[in-house]
Amino acid sequence: MMNSVPKTLKYSKTHEWVRQDDDVITVGITDHAQCMLGDLVYVELPDVEMSLELGQECAVVESVKAAADIYCPVPGEIVEVNESLFDNPQLVNEDPYGKGWLFRIRPFESDFHELLTADEYTRQVASEAH
Amino acid sequence: MPFIPHTEQDVKDMLAAMGAASIDQLFDEIPASLRVKDLPPIPSQLTEMELSRLMRERAAKDVNTLNFIGAGAYEHHIPAAVWDVTSRGEFLTAYTPYQAEASQGTLQLLYEYQTMMASLMSLDVSNASLYDGGSSLAEAVLMAARTHRKNKTHRILMPATVHPLYRQVVKTIVSQQDIEIVEIPYDPATGKTSIAVLEKMTKENLTALVIPQPNFFGVLEDVDALTHWAHAQNALVIGVVNPLAMALLKPPGQWGKNGADIACGEGQPLGVPLASGGPYYGFLCCKQEHVRQLPGRIVGRTVDQSGKQGFVLTLQAREQHIRRAKATSNICTNQGLLVTASTIHMSLLGPTGLRKTALVCHQNLCALREKLSKLDGVRPLFSSHLFHEIVVELKQPVESVLTELAKNKIQAGFNLKKYYPELGNALLICVTETKTPEDLDLFVSQLHDVLRGLAHV
Repeated sequence: MMNSVPKTLKYSKTHEWVRQDDDVITVGITDHAQCMLGDLVYVELPDVEMSLELGQECAVVESVKAAADIYCPVPGEIVEVNESLFDNPQLVNEDPYGKGWLFRIRPFESDFHELLTADEYTRQVASEAH
Repeated sequence: MPFIPHTEQDVKDMLAAMGAASIDQLFDEIPASLRVKDLPPIPSQLTEMELSRLMRERAAKDVNTLNFIGAGAYEHHIPAAVWDVTSRGEFLTAYTPYQAEASQGTLQLLYEYQTMMASLMSLDVSNASLYDGGSSLAEAVLMAARTHRKNKTHRILMPATVHPLYRQVVKTIVSQQDIEIVEIPYDPATGKTSIAVLEKMTKENLTALVIPQPNFFGVLEDVDALTHWAHAQNALVIGVVNPLAMALLKPPGQWGKNGADIACGEGQPLGVPLASGGPYYGFLCCKQEHVRQLPGRIVGRTVDQSGKQGFVLTLQAREQHIRRAKATSNICTNQGLLVTASTIHMSLLGPTGLRKTALVCHQNLCALREKLSKLDGVRPLFSSHLFHEIVVELKQPVESVLTELAKNKIQAGFNLKKYYPELGNALLICVTETKTPEDLDLFVSQLHDVLRGLAHV
């Protein structure tokens, strides 16, 4: 079964998705990433007001079989984290692009050229499978 | 690849490649003054029969002494069943189960151990044990630092009344990690840590306060006030405790208003023989909110697909086989066999038996203190409540007193001079439930004679 890759979002090579709403961007992990990890049992999120650099390790998602670091896809300041994940980490599995979002960042710059389009990300996932 | 590491030809080739004439030349780096020239001659091999005889002869030199040394390793009665059961092949020969869930018996035992330790400490969770008391305290300090990740550097307040060897182990393990260990002097009148002294400390970047209970002098610290003070500074509280004493005293989870955050210590008093100083095991317990910072193995209970009970290793993302670089610890082997003995020991004694044992230790100490107070040349140093150890100042040199009493088969205690020179002629004496009133009388009368004898030399 193909994992969903919404066209409206941008992606990082490390399997985070990014959505821009006005001056804040929302970050989560892709359907492909949650599928590879399996059932999540714990999510560790950054502190609000923390400043993050591009590629900085800022969160951890832990499943029954693995733990993975989340890398900051856009430099900025954390403005909100998804606290509902502390009690319900499986939201990431059930709804990775919706209720399973991880944190929101107010970016330092408006230019996100490092990010991939949905098509580019799909090609990357396909190439990783080989 | 062959298992024989190198042939003579290999050695020659390697030396030639390095341009060295001999293996000895490789050690030229070490100054001649530091090198031991003559190793004591190592004898050639013995047959099993010869070796058994040699060992029997050496064993015969051991004498049964009356032991009053504590200082971190305590002589207790261990029911015969404990090591009889522990020595069963299923326990004795089992190494860490790499296919852990195939060893349900081992996992169940560890689960029972964790349950017992957590209830003894009145905390939520326990790991499956660590190397020893010192390393468990070091791991507790590292846990506290990870929990306070917002602090750039960490200051850990460490009372001088914590076991001196534990303090050395902590320094060795944490010194490279932006963790500063600040030693807190004790009150010379009471032998314990005072709030007044703590108040004088810099409160910036305060990560944790360590509270020993009882402390190295056998003195009971004011755990409630200390815990309250630390929490008011937003610091964590680490209790380093004698687990047997916790059957009688208020356990760490109930200290102050909110309880200590982490409890650790030496598990030896629970069914592990003195055995010349080891192997022992360390225990580590904490509140639920810190469980992801707890190092080492944790066994959990669950149900399988058909609803049957089973045991598994849980929260493994903390461990080095999942994320090596980010593991909570890379030196956290558990001491499975000793934990097996402890678990059986605790299950045989039960909460009531443990409490009674601790109480008899304390009553014996009180009886000894009473008798000692009537002796000339012996003065208790601290005016505090004690568990089963007491510090006394002797009028005669401690070394001589210890030597003389040893001649009469009495190990009178631990000489504090090396670690606490400021106390002068101070001796740390321990009494456990293994001593009878006659033992105490003998000890006191012998001490009396020795002190009088030395006074007349």
